[in-house]
Amino acid sequence: MANPLRYEVLTLYKNLLYLGKEYPKGADYFRTRLKAAFVKNKDVRDPEKIKELIARGEFVIKELEALYYLRKYRALKQRYYEDDDK
Amino acid sequence: MAAAGLRAMVGVKRVIDYAVKVRVKPDKTGVVTDGVKHSMNPFCEIAVEEAVRLKEKKLISEVVAVSCGPQQCQETIRTALAMGADRGLHVEVPAKDYENLSPFHVSKILAALVKKEGVNLLLLGKQAIDDDCNQTGQMTAAFLDWPQGTFASEVTVDGDWLKVEREVDGGLETVRLKLPAVVTADLRLNEPRYATLPNIMKAKKKKIEVVKPSDLGVDLTPRVKTLSVEDPPQRQAGVKVETVDDLVAKLKESGRI
Repeated sequence: MANPLRYEVLTLYKNLLYLGKEYPKGADYFRTRLKAAFVKNKDVRDPEKIKELIARGEFVIKELEALYYLRKYRALKQRYYEDDDK
Repeated sequence: MAAAGLRAMVGVKRVIDYAVKVRVKPDKTGVVTDGVKHSMNPFCEIAVEEAVRLKEKKLISEVVAVSCGPQQCQETIRTALAMGADRGLHVEVPAKDYENLSPFHVSKILAALVKKEGVNLLLLGKQAIDDDCNQTGQMTAAFLDWPQGTFASEVTVDGDWLKVEREVDGGLETVRLKLPAVVTADLRLNEPRYATLPNIMKAKKKKIEVVKPSDLGVDLTPRVKTLSVEDPPQRQAGVKVETVDDLVAKLKESGRI
């Protein structure tokens, strides 16, 4: 009965949840939206469609990592390299 | 010495997270650290990333991550391991002593560890975002009597030599260092990877060895006394003006025009 992709979906959810802890608008804000996104697609049964959704989730992971990196980089640049771009 | 025989040590510091608003303790002895989010110093992340990239290019064979401080530092070491370091070394300094631990002591500890482990490249962040000392790398190089490449924005290994591009005032300086050497990372050296959950889990299998400063023969007697820690001056509130004439009058009053 268990879907072979179940494990992958759960891993994706866990990874996103972990990344969300650092979300600028707060972990709670992120978690509610993350959950809503997964619940919205809970009835998807087509394996191809599920794979597509997992790929989308992995893309979001990449985007979040980039967001966090840039946010940190900018904060440090502002604090330590004030006069650079004048 | 073949390049593949290079082994690197990376110093990582656990600091208050960059995004947290730092508060000064009411008794002015320091800043509030209890219940505050901590993470790895961003410049240390850059140093770890550089070591891991060199390892991925097969230019170095092992990366050891070191941190000095209380028990919680192991989380920071774990992050370094998740980013790709091979093993960890935790120099356990009790919280009471850690308050007075200065770059002088840390550099002595690092120098002793480098000798003990026999590594030939020490990578550090140029400074920590909590005390902003920018001294550890320089002092460690002095204790070891090794060449140093500080504020590195590019590092290339060339046999027994290291080419380091340094960020200096108004430009870049390229230096060539004979290995073994100390390198401290500047902001533009690389883009550190994110320590993902699966990698943190995998990192739990990697070893973290715990050592005491006394085992390394380092005396932690404080050399510097903190007299008082205070908030930076508050920004003065501005004033609103109704018309252009008011604005001009105000500016004249304050001597701007």
